Amino acid sequence: MSTTATTAEAEHHHGPAKGIARWLFATNHKDIGTMYLWTALSMFFLGGAFAMVFRAELFQPGLQLLEPEWFNRMFTMHGLVMVFGAIMPAWVGFANWQIPLMVGAPDMAMPRMNLLSFWLLPAALLMLVSSFFMEGGAPAFGWTFYAPLSTTFAPDTTDFFIFGVHLLGISSIMGAINVIATIVNLRAPGMTLMKMPLFVWTWLITAFLLIAVMPVLAGVVTMMLTDRNFGTAFFDASGGGDPLMFQHIFWFFGHPEVYIMILPSFGVVSEILPTFSRKPLFGYASMVYATGAIGFLSFIVWGHHMFATGMPLAGELYFMYATMLIAVPTGVKVFNWVATMWRGSMTFETPMLFAIAFVFLFTIGGLTGLMMAMGPADMQYHSTYFIVAHFHYVLVPGAVFALMAGVYYWLPKWCGNMYDERLGKIHFWISAISVNVLFFPMHFVGLAGMPRRVPDYPLQFADFNAIISIGGFVYGASQLLFVYIVIKAIRGGEPATDRVWEGAKGLEWEMPSPAPFHTHTTPPHVD
Amino acid sequence: MSEKRVKQTAVRLLAAAVLMFGFGYALIPLYNVICDVTGINGKSSSLQEAADPAVSEIDDSRLVTVEFLGTPNSELPWEFYPIVNSVEVHPGAVTDIYYHARNLADKRVTGQAVPSVVPGQAARHFEKIECFCFTQQTLEPGEVKAMLVQFRVDPKIDPTIKRVTLSYTFYALDEGGDVKVPVGQAVDMDHGAHAHRPAV
Repeated sequence: MSTTATTAEAEHHHGPAKGIARWLFATNHKDIGTMYLWTALSMFFLGGAFAMVFRAELFQPGLQLLEPEWFNRMFTMHGLVMVFGAIMPAWVGFANWQIPLMVGAPDMAMPRMNLLSFWLLPAALLMLVSSFFMEGGAPAFGWTFYAPLSTTFAPDTTDFFIFGVHLLGISSIMGAINVIATIVNLRAPGMTLMKMPLFVWTWLITAFLLIAVMPVLAGVVTMMLTDRNFGTAFFDASGGGDPLMFQHIFWFFGHPEVYIMILPSFGVVSEILPTFSRKPLFGYASMVYATGAIGFLSFIVWGHHMFATGMPLAGELYFMYATMLIAVPTGVKVFNWVATMWRGSMTFETPMLFAIAFVFLFTIGGLTGLMMAMGPADMQYHSTYFIVAHFHYVLVPGAVFALMAGVYYWLPKWCGNMYDERLGKIHFWISAISVNVLFFPMHFVGLAGMPRRVPDYPLQFADFNAIISIGGFVYGASQLLFVYIVIKAIRGGEPATDRVWEGAKGLEWEMPSPAPFHTHTTPPHVD
Repeated sequence: MSEKRVKQTAVRLLAAAVLMFGFGYALIPLYNVICDVTGINGKSSSLQEAADPAVSEIDDSRLVTVEFLGTPNSELPWEFYPIVNSVEVHPGAVTDIYYHARNLADKRVTGQAVPSVVPGQAARHFEKIECFCFTQQTLEPGEVKAMLVQFRVDPKIDPTIKRVTLSYTFYALDEGGDVKVPVGQAVDMDHGAHAHRPAV
């Protein structure tokens, strides 16, 4: 790249600061992205460790390892850490690394705010996890923290959870503002909205969802806080409030939240499939509109989480039909992905394997979602392992596989070295098989009536639960291989070419590998 | 130039976030208004107000079973239950029933009952003319009281509804007339201890 146009400021900062200051005071989008990704990875292992503990308890019927209260803490913290500590920050990490590279911007629009949104994250997570070491213990009311369990009947440490969620919310909102400001204002000349890479599009819509619902989450935990400590009665019937109101407000946040976790996955998969099929993405415009439609629909379907609350028939019918409508744009996406691969010259490098597994396994999770969308049928599925199977299919072989695919896809650009392809394939196959051993039998025990969030179960579920636990242990252990592969690639390996992948298209592949500290200092022109 | 645009975008988005925080709070009155207007979810405003006692037309052609439930909240040291469990009424006919209440504590206790009607579609058509839930109730130590509910099922009620349940939860009020927040038992089974959250 030409350096003639660098500003005076850029000349002071040719490279990163030395030592720890580089990370503590980082304003460079690549450094911040890296910190987000490492934080997310460590939280992925922390949340995973909680899951290993309660899967060990569920390996056999009866209570062997955990008191019920500790079991509750484990699954609660598993959910909270995975949602708020692993998947969401991982996508923000991807956004930081990739969006400026992909739209031709020199950095995020507000680098110092970026730094603040990152550092709020470890502070928030620390508050959340610190309650383990206090009297009263960590949250034990499920990641959905329904009132009155989380208000009237929860220990004092719940206030740490509340303030942790406040910080997470502020961090996410600032991150989202930054993403939108970057995409709206800093695109390279010639890059019209409908020329943006699909990953950028999905993140743009995700960022709008974040700005719309994270404040509602902040509001609902603030109501909890005042209910608990300052005598209000938002969720307390004895004071004229309504505990069901909590669920309405929570799920107004909660349903868009699940799309916040999955939309960037759609974007990553829409980048990877064309590259390794050596064909342009099928139906680009319809992908954009489908993403927008999913984003809009996510706001009007929250009631499907509450079918069993005694909702009036009219409400149940409305939420049922509205929810089923989501299958239409999602179906458009799945068909487009398949059509992209159709008659392409496909090769199966690790990112492609994860992306194809995503399409296949996410669709299974989507279809069980459609089953549960039917109000009358949901009375049977509600609060059973069938639900657990559903949302893990969309989040683990869904969002997490897309994250893995994205890491393998862009890692050579980030660190300049190819990862070990053989180990990558081994990691994929162990993950893909064990994740199904882990989550598929949950459909069966769920349909047979095994309730979620209970540390013990009747004998007839014993065999399936042993299988589920074994799948869980193998899946968990195989992720250590992923860490090894990533570290090995960072420390050395075959140098990556600039384009990295034969079929790769987009501005990030015009940059050298590894991407230098400053990129796109003069905006590229897009035709 | 570009910096100014970035700032403008950021300020607008920040304003949107602040608005959405307010919207979270606005959801509560919004839900209540929707429940009022549609009469769903047993949260009709008429539940807390006396209905017009004027005589209405009685529909002799059908009967509706009205069931009664009464639950004292765990903070209220009272016996509280309906004297009859259910009655059959013609829509439009005014009926009196009584709840039994007895103060088990050795001090004066004031409570407030909160009603709810299921199914939700019936809530709008269940009219209370006189009810102990309209006011606070005070019982001396050991005092027994029969508490009146005078009600009428509106003849306009959906003919498919054959059974309506009226349920009361009786809550304790503290000295100031505010509802006392129940003292939570910390869910802390592994220590076996119950950390008490101070009532506010």
